[in-house]
Amino acid sequence: MSENILEMKNITKLFPGVKALDNVNLKVKQNQIHALVGENGAGKSTLMNVLSGVYPHGSYTGDIIYKGEVCEFKEITDSEKKGIVIIHQELALIPYLSIAENIFLGNEQANNGIINWDITLSKTIELLKKVGLTDNPNTHIHTIGVGKQQLVEIVKALAKDVKLLILDEPTAALNDDDSERLLDLLLELKNHGVTSIIISHKLNEITKVADEITVIRDGSTIETLVKGVDEITEDRIIQGMVGRELTDRYPVRENKNIGDIFFEVKNWNVFDSDTVDLQVLHNININVKRGEVVGIAGLMGAGRTEFAMSLFGRTFGSNISGSIIKDGKEIHIKDVPSAINHKIAYVTEDRKSAGLVLLDDIKRNITLANLAGISKNNIIDLNREIVVAEDYRKKMNIKSSSILQSTGNLSGGNQQKVVLSKWIFSNPDLLILDEPTRGIDVGAKYEIYTIINELISQGKSIIMISSELSEILGMCDRIYVMNEGYIVGEQDREVASQESIMRCIMQNKRRIHEY
Amino acid sequence: MSIDIKNKFKAHLKQNAMIIALVSIVILFQITTNGILLKPLNVTNLILQNSYILVLAIGMLLAILSGGNIDLSVGSVAAFVGAISATLSVTFGLPTIPTIIISLFVGALVGVWQGYWIAYVRIPSFIATLAGMLVFRGLTMVILKGRTLAPYPLSYQKIASGFIPDIIGDGSGLHLTTIVIGILCSILYIFFMIKKRRSKKMFNFDVPSNFSFIISTGAMVVIINLFTVWLALYKGIPNVLLLLATLVLIYSYITNKTIIGRHIYAFGGNEKAARLSGVKTNRVLFGIYVNMAILAALAGIIFSGRLNAATPKAGNLFELDAIAACYIGGASATGGIGTIIGAIIGGLIMGVLNNGMSIMGVSIDWQQAIKGMVLLSAVAFDVYSKKRTK
Repeated sequence: MSENILEMKNITKLFPGVKALDNVNLKVKQNQIHALVGENGAGKSTLMNVLSGVYPHGSYTGDIIYKGEVCEFKEITDSEKKGIVIIHQELALIPYLSIAENIFLGNEQANNGIINWDITLSKTIELLKKVGLTDNPNTHIHTIGVGKQQLVEIVKALAKDVKLLILDEPTAALNDDDSERLLDLLLELKNHGVTSIIISHKLNEITKVADEITVIRDGSTIETLVKGVDEITEDRIIQGMVGRELTDRYPVRENKNIGDIFFEVKNWNVFDSDTVDLQVLHNININVKRGEVVGIAGLMGAGRTEFAMSLFGRTFGSNISGSIIKDGKEIHIKDVPSAINHKIAYVTEDRKSAGLVLLDDIKRNITLANLAGISKNNIIDLNREIVVAEDYRKKMNIKSSSILQSTGNLSGGNQQKVVLSKWIFSNPDLLILDEPTRGIDVGAKYEIYTIINELISQGKSIIMISSELSEILGMCDRIYVMNEGYIVGEQDREVASQESIMRCIMQNKRRIHEY
Repeated sequence: MSIDIKNKFKAHLKQNAMIIALVSIVILFQITTNGILLKPLNVTNLILQNSYILVLAIGMLLAILSGGNIDLSVGSVAAFVGAISATLSVTFGLPTIPTIIISLFVGALVGVWQGYWIAYVRIPSFIATLAGMLVFRGLTMVILKGRTLAPYPLSYQKIASGFIPDIIGDGSGLHLTTIVIGILCSILYIFFMIKKRRSKKMFNFDVPSNFSFIISTGAMVVIINLFTVWLALYKGIPNVLLLLATLVLIYSYITNKTIIGRHIYAFGGNEKAARLSGVKTNRVLFGIYVNMAILAALAGIIFSGRLNAATPKAGNLFELDAIAACYIGGASATGGIGTIIGAIIGGLIMGVLNNGMSIMGVSIDWQQAIKGMVLLSAVAFDVYSKKRTK
C-alpha cells in the first residue's frame, strides 16, 4: 500500500577485528513506525549511525536508498538536510542553554549571523505546542525533567523539518507516564507524515506502536515481522533475538569443583554518586561459591556495573549500606587499595577509558595494580618487572612486538588480555569481570573463556557481568538476573535459557513499575 | 631485523632529539659569540643564572606529568619565601640554617594549602594556582611593605653564588678539588653501570656488547671530566650545581624506580584506570603540589641569595620559564609523558638561548619573541611526531 521511504541494501561495516554489520538489509515504509530490536551489540546502533552519516560513506559497503535516490552521506548534516534526524540515547542537549536555544542550535533563525530572537521564540512556542509542552521557551534545559528533555529533542528534530526520525532507546531513561506520552507522540507524528525508526529493548512498547519489526542478531538481519501478517508477541520477538546455536563457542570446563559459599553480599543499597537522593541499587543479596562462575545478566542500565564498582572500593555511589562477607568474615572495603588487599579484582567494562593507561607499554600496565609485588622498600625492581611481563605475555598469548609496545596500539582482544594479566598478577581470589568480551572477535573471546576456566580450576571465584545472554549461559554456573537496580531472579545453569532470562527481565520490568 | 634496527634508531633519535637540539644551539652560539659562550666563566654563569628555573622545572614536571596540571604560583611563592627568609635573616638576624629550614617549611605549608584545593576539592589547578599567584605576590608586598630587604649574611649568599672550597688545591688558578670530584663521579658512574649490567645478565636479558658498553661508558666519563676540568679553570663547582645535581639524581630515581613515581605516570596517563588499579589519586596530586611548593621555596632561597636581596618583584614570570622548560623537554601537555632530565635539558635550551642572545647583543624584545617561537616549534614537533607514530 505505501512505498518504501528508506531501503538499506547489503550494508557491511567493519571495525578493526570485528564485523559489526554483515550484509544487513532494512526496508522502512512511508508513514510507519519501524522497530529495530536485537541484543546489545547486535549492530542496531551501528546501522543507524551508518544511515545518519556518523560513519561516512566509504567506511561501509552497501547502498542507502532514501526516497528513491541513492545517498552518500559524508556527515550528519548531509542526512539532516534530507530530513533524516537521529536522536541518540544520550541526549545531545546543552544543559545551560534555554529550550529555544537548544531547539535551534546549529539551525539558528538568523540573518547574516544575527539571531532573530522574536522568530526563534514564536517558532519554538508553536513547535512545543505540537508535542503538548507548555513550558516557557526561555527555561534552561537542566531544570526540566528527562521526559521533557526527550520531547525537546523531538521538537529539535521537527524544527529541522524531519521526515525520518530515528530514536535510539528513547524511553530507556523515562518513567512509564513519560514513555506513554512519547509513544503517543510518535503515533501522532506518523499521521503528520513523519516516519520513525525506533530502537528499543522494551518489547511491550514495541508491540504496541510498531507497524513493522526488524530483528538484528550478530550484525545480520534475521527477519522482519509485519503487523497484521505475522504474529507479534514478546515471546515471538525474543525467539528471533536470541535463537542461535550454542555449539563449540565455549571451551568445556573440566573437573568442575564448586565449593562452599565464599563471597556474600547482603542487603546492599547504593545511592547515586551525583544525585544523592536517587537510589540506584535496591537491597541486593548475592553469593558466590569457591570455584564458581556466577553471571549477572541484565540489560544496559540495569545497574550491574554500578553494583560491581560499589563493591570494588566504593568507586561508585554514595550512602552505601549493606555487608560484604568473604571467607566467613565480614570485610570492610573503603577504597580500591583495600579491595586489592582483600584479593578482589575488577576488570572494567570499558578497557580503554578505565582499564588501561593507553600511553604506557604492556609491561607497565601489567604491573600497575601490584607494584608492591615487584618492589622492595617502594623501589621497583625494573628487571623483575620485565620478567613478570614477559611471563604474562607468553602465558596469556598477548600478540605484540614486545612488552614495550604501547597498549594503545593493541587490538581489543589483546588489550583485554593485558587487563586480565594485570589483575591476575595482583593475585586475587575473586574476580569481577565486567563485559569481558565486549567488542572483541570470536577467536579472542574463546581465549578469554579459556583463561576464565583456568582461573576457576585454580579455585578462584568469578562474577561475570555480560549483556550477551549466550555468553552468560555458555560460561556461568549460576545466573542472577538484574533489572533497574534490583536482583529480579536467580537461575541455575541447568534450567536457565535465553528465553527464561529475557522473560524474567521483561516480566519484572513491569512488576517494578507497578510498585 | 633491519626494520628492528631502523625502529630502534628512530626511537633513539626521538628520545635524544632534545639533546641534539641543545648541542646544536650551543654550537650555533659558540660560533656567533666568537667562542665566548663556552668560556669557563660563562659556563659557570649559565649554571648560576638558570639554577632556580631548573629547580622549579623539576617540580613543574611532576605536576605536568599528572595530567597536564601546571602551577602558575611558583614565581610568587618563590618571592614570598624570599620575603620571609629576608625578614628572618635580615630583620631578626636569625642564623642562616634555621632561616632556610623555616623558609622551606613555609613552602611546604603553601603546598598543603594549594594541594588541598586542587587534590581534594578538585579546583582546576590552573585556577587554584592562578589565585595562589595573586595571593602570594600580594603577601610578598605586604611583608616587604613594597620595599627591598637587604643584605643577607654572607653564608646565605653562598648558597646561590658560592663555590665549593678548594681543600686540596694550592690556589694556583686550577681548582683541584673540582677535578678530584669529577674523577670520583666517573668512578661511581662506572661502578653503577657495571652493577646494572651484571644484574641484567643475571636475568638473562640482552645486554650491549662489551665493546659498545666500554665506548658508551667511556664517552660519558670523558664528558663528566671535561665538564669538571672546565669549571676548575674558573672557580670550580658552584654550590648550586651540587644542589641541582643531587635534586636531579633524586627525582630521576623517584620517577623511574619508585612506586610513587610510577603512580604519577599512571595518574597522568589515565586517571580513571589508575584509580581503579589502586592508585590513591588524590593523595598523589596533593603530594605533587606540596613538593612543587617546597621546590619553589628552594628556588626563592637561591634567587634571593643570588640577588642578595628580597624584592617584591622577585620571581616574576619564573612559572612560565619552568613550564616552557618542561614542554621543550618533551613533556606532554595532557600528562603521562616526560622525564626529569628532559625538563632540565629544556631549561638549559632556554638558558643557552637567553645567554647566547644576550652576549650577541640581541635586544630583550627579540629574545622574548625567539623564545616563544622555540617553545611553539618544540611542542609542534612533539605533536607531529606523535601523530606519525599512531
